[in-house]
Amino acid sequence: MIVAEAKPLAEIAELLGEVRKILVVGCGGCVTVCLAGGEKEVGIMAAALRMMYKKKGKELETIEVTLTRQCDPEYVQMLEKYITEDVDCILSLACGVGVQFLAERYNKWVIPALNTKFAGGTIEHGVWEERCGLCGECILHKTGGICPIIRCSKSILNGPCGGSQNGRCEVNKDIPCAWQLIYDRLKALNKLELLLEIQPPKDWSKARDGGPRKVVREDVRIE
Amino acid sequence: MGNSSTPFEPKIIAFCCYYCAYAAADLAGSMRLQYPANVRLIEMPCTGKTDVRVLLEAFENGADGVYVAGCLEGDCHFLKGNIRAKKRVQYAKRLLDEIGIGGERLEMFNLSGSMGPRFAEIAQEFTEKIRKLGPNPLKKPNA
Amino acid sequence: MSWKAGSKLEKLLSQGHFVVTGEVGPPKHASPDGILHHAELLKDYVDAINLTDNQTAIVRMSSIAAGVHVLRAGCEPIIQMTVRDRNRIALQSDLLGAYSLGIRNVLCLSGDHQSFGNHPTAKNVHDIDSIQLIRIVKDLRDEKRFACGEEIKEHEPRFFIGAAANPFADPFEFRVLRLEKKINAGADFIQTQCIFDMERFERFMAMVRERGLHKKAYILAGVTPLKSARAARYMQQSVAGMIVPEEIVNRMEKAKDPKAEGVAICVEQIKHLRTIEGVAGVHIMAIMWEDIIPTIVKEAGLYPRPQVE
Repeated sequence: MIVAEAKPLAEIAELLGEVRKILVVGCGGCVTVCLAGGEKEVGIMAAALRMMYKKKGKELETIEVTLTRQCDPEYVQMLEKYITEDVDCILSLACGVGVQFLAERYNKWVIPALNTKFAGGTIEHGVWEERCGLCGECILHKTGGICPIIRCSKSILNGPCGGSQNGRCEVNKDIPCAWQLIYDRLKALNKLELLLEIQPPKDWSKARDGGPRKVVREDVRIE
Repeated sequence: MGNSSTPFEPKIIAFCCYYCAYAAADLAGSMRLQYPANVRLIEMPCTGKTDVRVLLEAFENGADGVYVAGCLEGDCHFLKGNIRAKKRVQYAKRLLDEIGIGGERLEMFNLSGSMGPRFAEIAQEFTEKIRKLGPNPLKKPNA
Repeated sequence: MSWKAGSKLEKLLSQGHFVVTGEVGPPKHASPDGILHHAELLKDYVDAINLTDNQTAIVRMSSIAAGVHVLRAGCEPIIQMTVRDRNRIALQSDLLGAYSLGIRNVLCLSGDHQSFGNHPTAKNVHDIDSIQLIRIVKDLRDEKRFACGEEIKEHEPRFFIGAAANPFADPFEFRVLRLEKKINAGADFIQTQCIFDMERFERFMAMVRERGLHKKAYILAGVTPLKSARAARYMQQSVAGMIVPEEIVNRMEKAKDPKAEGVAICVEQIKHLRTIEGVAGVHIMAIMWEDIIPTIVKEAGLYPRPQVE
């Protein structure tokens, strides 16, 4: 899922500034799973903002809506009926994608309430870790299912580097060395010979380096 | 602060779990122990039912102080409900600091169903603490 | 004799001399004076000098520029190239430029992560890794091709290619295989991380000899003179990929004259390393204490340095 984290309340209040009525829009997708922007978080954030404003002697009206997802036009358009003249801005608790979809669809100022972090998964309730580098050309079959692009701090394809010690990355002892993990996995699966091959330089044009990307399925497009 | 003719009487909401805190409250009642009328009790099946939104709602609607009272750690009828409550109360305290109301107006207490006197003591001490802190900053004077 | 690069380092190694290389960190400013001073100081005591490339991700004068200053002082430079800051376009471009300025030795490295340095918010590049870089430098020389496959019509850069090896990082069993990968990719000479755990280094060299790697590339053992007990303790606990045994830290802590003790330990190490089969030379890293290198070289019995025949 896309994992995101709420911006500090003070920062959000500053981004909102002098507003009187806002839509606080949550998303039932990824951000619900990583407990950042679902219905509950919308309720908490709206209440917190109302109270912050009240303390400063200002009234803030909040309309709370949680869409099934903010990255599909069919769901985004369900927000239509809440978009009234008196709405000063939309506070989106979706990932960066949802924020942009709302901004494109509605002629209102949209503010992100979250910082979108990475593509990852749940390790345990309350802990999420980055796993996929979105590089556009998956090579997980070469590394026993461990991604060197994103789990290695230097995206090395012929690792490990000289800073790997006791299975930890030199950047931070909390980060396991991806290449130690790959080595251990391939050894357990009897495929160490894969590591003797010299991996050639990556084609980064398939990643974001080549510019914003697009995927099309012609077979499902019907006029 | 209350105006000169009406001293400030704190409005306290206490979320109590059925198995321990509310039982202790009942016991305090039958023992005829005095505790301040400022405290309104709300019964829950378990403090694990605590929702941060409800805690915030209490303050938004004018409560001056809120506490959550549950079983002693290790004795929760639903095993870890009071641990969940503890974490949520800690989170809500931080939020209340960020909002500007002050996390010290929210607390969690643990006691067993047989601790009638302790229940009264908590109600007494917390009410006094909130009295000293003054009214909820969201309230206009004379509210 | 057809040389790969024809550098002094290559010639001395192929003639069987036990070579000595030193290391200098370029300055955090724009004047060549410090480099020229170090080059003058070291040129009779080492066969070549490494110029680090923004070591520890701290901005310093570029390795290539520093290398050119060293050349002008009459000494042989080994430039270092990390893949942290430049993509394959910039790296190849810089290689062409370096060669045109007279540089003949290059050490290819991953580079310390930028979070260690003074610009931790910078974007890290890592377009290619160090092994891919070695292969690219080799192909520029031997295949006369750029990384994209395009032919170099004339004046291809012909470098003597170096790589780093770290017997003290993990996984230990894989370190020798990775060294082999680097040699297969085209490394001509290797410089190791500085050695304090001699026993582990001996085990490493045994595995190296077992695979015949010492015959395919020249291995230079890294050493560093310790300046103080605090420095020893710091390297033991806070530097990734380095092992400093407790006895060494103890020696430094008990020494009346820590600097002299540090030099003595270093000289002992060098004398011992000369006896290990497969070690073709020593690489002395004395960052911030370059002045001590002549003393170490003399006391280790490695002065005067040989001339190229």
